Amino acid sequence: MSFLSSPTNFFTAKLNDALGWARKYSIFQYPFVTACCGMEYMSTATAHYDVDRFGAGFPRFSPRQSDVLFVVGTISHKMAPVLKDVYDKMCEPKWVVAFGVCTCTGGFYDNYATVQGIDTIIPVDIYIPGCPPRPENVIDGLIKLQEKIQKGEQSRTLYDPRMKIGRPEHLQKGYSVEEHIKDTKS
Amino acid sequence: MTPLQRVQEKFSQDVIETHAFRGDETLLIRPASLQTVAKFLKETAELDFNFLMDLTAVDYLFYAGGRVQKEFRFEIVYHFFSLKHNHRLRIKVPVDEKNPEVDSLTGLWASADWYEREVWDMFGIRFKGHPNLKRILMYEEFEGHALRKDYQFNKRQPLIGPKT
Repeated sequence: MSFLSSPTNFFTAKLNDALGWARKYSIFQYPFVTACCGMEYMSTATAHYDVDRFGAGFPRFSPRQSDVLFVVGTISHKMAPVLKDVYDKMCEPKWVVAFGVCTCTGGFYDNYATVQGIDTIIPVDIYIPGCPPRPENVIDGLIKLQEKIQKGEQSRTLYDPRMKIGRPEHLQKGYSVEEHIKDTKS
Repeated sequence: MTPLQRVQEKFSQDVIETHAFRGDETLLIRPASLQTVAKFLKETAELDFNFLMDLTAVDYLFYAGGRVQKEFRFEIVYHFFSLKHNHRLRIKVPVDEKNPEVDSLTGLWASADWYEREVWDMFGIRFKGHPNLKRILMYEEFEGHALRKDYQFNKRQPLIGPKT
């Protein structure tokens, strides 16, 4: 249906565009920093790379006032309930960025303590793998997030390890110790 | 006379084996005599071990690639230090796999409290007489004991939700 024949659709579409545009340039982020990725997060945030250029320069340390949850660093099983709590307390619309490979898949912490990807607990919109990711990667992820916000898209699904759905394909496979031994032998 | 010689002289039947190399003194003693030996170490004026530096455990399952078979699977290791005399002593106690239990030293050294909880958490060795023997690092829902050698390293634990 063309927008001329339906003025209401035209206006709501334009309103959503305007809202998306406003939202993507005023990202109020909640940095959930638990580990070494925090250093890279800080260097991205400060003057040299400067996320403020993308309108994300104002971290809020309260989940109620933020709309993007940056999960930066390894999440242990003991920390998982806290992360879930923080996510649940955020107001809609909300997005989640998994910063660093530990949050994406558990990374090389294939052990008893680490959650194998935060997408097993909360839905993740943008994955920024790397150990730690370069600031360029982070900014790339941020721009991808802005595109997502502009379109009004939000991830709602969790990763199901048995069905292997809900996680980008290149991140599906974790890297186990057995594989590492196999790789180094061959 | 070194602390090792003192203990060996006093508790000759309870000492299983000893080891000393350049002041690094180790005693392997019977679990039944742990309390009395520890009390002796702390309360004898010439020894005066007033500081329990470390308490940990070793799992000898698959020790040296399975070539060495120990009679008992676990050993608890105590590191004692005397601030007054500046000397050290290491005590080891073998623990059976079927009934992994030793006496608690919380009554003598208060610092044993958290160490013993850690050993319980990671190795599943109980301490008789401990006032509050529950997990210290892992959460209550955790299954198994993570530092046992037969704990599968990539075992997936149940995810726990927010506490209500």
